[in-house]
Amino acid sequence: MNQRSVTSMQRVLTTLGHQEPDRVPFFLLATLHGAKEVGLPIKTYFSDPDNVVEGQMRLLAKYRHDCIYGFFYAPVEIAAFGGEVVFIDDGPPNSGEPVIKKAGDIKNLAVPDVKNTPCLEKVLTAIHRLKHRVKDAVPIIGVVMSPFSLPVMQMGFDRYFDLMFDDPDLFAHLMKLNQAFCAAWANAQLAAGATAICYFDPVSSTTITTREMYLKTGYAVAQQTLAEINGPTATHMASGRCLPIIDDISATGTAAVGVSCHEDLALIKTACRGKISVIGNLNGIEMCRWSAKDAETRVKEAIAKAGAGGGFILSDNHGEIPFQVPDDVLTAISEAVHEWGRYPLEWTAGR
Amino acid sequence: MTDKTVDDFTRALLDVDRLAAKQILQKRGHDTAPIKFAEDVVLPALERIGTGWQEGTFALSQVYMAGRICEDLIDEILPPEDPDRKNQPRMAICILSDHHKLGKIMVYSFLRASGFDLSDYGVMEVDDLVEQVQKDNIDILLISVLMLPSALKIRTVKQKLDRLGCDVKLIAGGAPFRFDDQLWKTVGADAMCRDASDAVSVIEKIMEGMA
Repeated sequence: MNQRSVTSMQRVLTTLGHQEPDRVPFFLLATLHGAKEVGLPIKTYFSDPDNVVEGQMRLLAKYRHDCIYGFFYAPVEIAAFGGEVVFIDDGPPNSGEPVIKKAGDIKNLAVPDVKNTPCLEKVLTAIHRLKHRVKDAVPIIGVVMSPFSLPVMQMGFDRYFDLMFDDPDLFAHLMKLNQAFCAAWANAQLAAGATAICYFDPVSSTTITTREMYLKTGYAVAQQTLAEINGPTATHMASGRCLPIIDDISATGTAAVGVSCHEDLALIKTACRGKISVIGNLNGIEMCRWSAKDAETRVKEAIAKAGAGGGFILSDNHGEIPFQVPDDVLTAISEAVHEWGRYPLEWTAGR
Repeated sequence: MTDKTVDDFTRALLDVDRLAAKQILQKRGHDTAPIKFAEDVVLPALERIGTGWQEGTFALSQVYMAGRICEDLIDEILPPEDPDRKNQPRMAICILSDHHKLGKIMVYSFLRASGFDLSDYGVMEVDDLVEQVQKDNIDILLISVLMLPSALKIRTVKQKLDRLGCDVKLIAGGAPFRFDDQLWKTVGADAMCRDASDAVSVIEKIMEGMA
């Protein structure tokens, strides 16, 4: 395929079909850099959907990547449940004190109405306006936290582990509430114009739970929830490992998986080939101190390991580029994928 | 204490089997001091689990539950004020600038289960932390973070402590440090922990340097 005549949407769909497009698609999953582009503090930037629309469009033009990222910040879902969002000047907004302070609070938790919750409405408005701008040329990625991973922000990791191990009935109740919210929130984003939903599920990674536990919990939750979502999904492990559960993730019905830099991309690709596409796995934290040469080297390594045969989207390993990553590094990554990602990948022969 | 005891204890922890872990502890024999059991069985078991997590063999849920079980067991036989707790420097642990407690809880549990004692400062911001460390005359400060911006604030903690003339060794830990093994040097820490069990060996090394 000729790179100039191919849209990002065609490029991405081709690779998701496990075919080689004109070049390796590149998802720059940047949120905070949009604020930099429009010259606004992070809190101000996210206060108005038009800022996010402008930020995403400028990032797209500047880095020539292959998606629009409709994601604001993870605690937007916590805000919907009545929790606190803590903004800082140089990083992603964080969740404040947990909304579930004791296990008993779960019984009183209500599922937010996604269409009448102001913080969610802003995201939907941004997606709707972005869709108007890019139409069908560029995929728009909406984001949900998986019902199984959201409790880390709802109640804290320690209390959540205690719940998982000690109170299966209350755990099941919380999953039921979160599943209802997750499906509704994903479907609202699809209706607003998102092309696909990124289902962030780090707690299902084998970094966090054993496969045995996953099959009883996160896997079952994902199967049920993804079936309720009216569009394609990609499951993202947000830096967590997943090689031992690749087949299980694939069986949940998701189209792609976002993988960790702590795993060998070649092994991941082998496990995924023909079944599920791979998104990853540049190290976003190390990226903060990369040179342009480092960026090129890492991009080439990733493409050499996972590019052949399609089924691969180059991205970071966490699903969010740290604010501290310099623009020069993002430019170098973009240039490298445009230079070395062109199919056929003849230069990888013999590596 | 045999390797089999450590194997069995490790298995009990991985299976989150509190009863089996307690039975192994009770079978240790009266001639084995609690601190000896902590050093010869609990610590090796926790180290195996911590190393297994780093290598991708075990999950964080197992590391967390192992720490909690061991902390409870050791507290029963070796209360906080017991003179058998190790002769040690003044230590404190905190979370810097965010609300994600898990890392701090695990390190705290692992250290206490290994016979150490330390103050738990909870969530702190830079200035309050510096003031508390100076007031308590802390020798070793463990700082746990989840977010990169919080990790970068350790540099400010270090600068402020230096300015006050506090001779404190800083040990950094948390996700950003596992994804960039140079970051602890960038922020001016004296050492980093890759997982909770790492904390024991890192502290022991610092203690050797202090002796």
